[in-house]
Amino acid sequence: MAEFSLPKNSKVQPGKHFPAKDAKKPRTFRIYRWSPDDGQNPRIDTYEVDMASCGPMVLDALLKIKNEIDSTLTLRRSCREGICGSCAMNIDGTNTLACTKAIEDCASGDVKIYPLPHMPVVKDLVPDLTHFYAQFASIKPWLRTQSPAPADKERLQSPEDRKKLDGLYECILCACCSTSCPSYWWNGDRYLGPAILLQAYRWIVDSRDEDTGARLDDLEDPFKLYRCHTIMNCARTCPKGLNPAKAIAEIKKLIVERRA
Amino acid sequence: MADTQRPLSPHMGIYKWQVQMVTSIVHRATGIALSVGTLIVLWGVFSLAHGEDSYNQFKTCIGSPIGLILMFGWTWALFYHLCNGIRHLFQDGGMGYAIPQFVRSSWISIIGSVVLTLIVWAYVLTSGGAA
Repeated sequence: MAEFSLPKNSKVQPGKHFPAKDAKKPRTFRIYRWSPDDGQNPRIDTYEVDMASCGPMVLDALLKIKNEIDSTLTLRRSCREGICGSCAMNIDGTNTLACTKAIEDCASGDVKIYPLPHMPVVKDLVPDLTHFYAQFASIKPWLRTQSPAPADKERLQSPEDRKKLDGLYECILCACCSTSCPSYWWNGDRYLGPAILLQAYRWIVDSRDEDTGARLDDLEDPFKLYRCHTIMNCARTCPKGLNPAKAIAEIKKLIVERRA
Repeated sequence: MADTQRPLSPHMGIYKWQVQMVTSIVHRATGIALSVGTLIVLWGVFSLAHGEDSYNQFKTCIGSPIGLILMFGWTWALFYHLCNGIRHLFQDGGMGYAIPQFVRSSWISIIGSVVLTLIVWAYVLTSGGAA
């Protein structure tokens, strides 16, 4: 059920302020903080960062804060080039990757940074993705075949069939789309969400996969698939420019078509 | 794992209100408003069946400023739910999923519903139907 307000232990309090001394081009970052160690509610800390000595991306600013201002700030990051999906967070109101989001592309005023929405928080900007990964595992995201593997070569695929995977295989499972989806907020326990459904479709359309029927059977469920109400937040927010909503629509179409 | 002490990260309160999310939420809200509005229609039908006095009473209530505001809001809810419902029908057919397409169709639903509402009310008010 939709629970619009945050639980008591999750209500956000005002936090500390870290002013920048002698900054040439100060910019303020308002960042969600929560530590499991102090028994306090989450808070928003404000950091003034000198843009004159900071890289262009939001991740540059976060690391500058961590290195120079407050080493307790906790976040995930790895590749810094939009391929690992670790630094997915809510920046300036929408979900994206901190490493590919330019600070100057944020709305003027303070830059607001939160963890991915409606997720259990491990610490600061780190959400617990355990359930998300379990949902991914539930669609059995690998090539499922019945025919024996060719003895002397790979399972081949024509260039046309390979093309059907474009716009799907690029998904890095950063969870930006799923955590932007109001349906996933309210029913994420049972609704698979845009990221996992896009991944499911990636295997459904793969010409080498031989378990399409079982995959569709598994998805034909009021909650797993049909909680998608084409709100489209997923497509609007995907940092890789993919369209999970379209993939979900294609799954729904395949389920209707096979009844005929 | 699954520590229940963990806070839930903020969601509705911090997510940017983009047009595609607004049209979806308003579609739900207008759906609920229409269900309630249908009760007013039923009231009108029943009052008609109960004879002249009760129908005049209904007309007085509906013609009062509050009644007119409710009727105006209900007209808009009807047209919005219709316009956005047609939009959803196309989406169910697999059309209009590119970002520029659904942003445009969202705005068309909003503007279209306002225009249709104004046309109906311009007709109602000029022909004296609301009196």
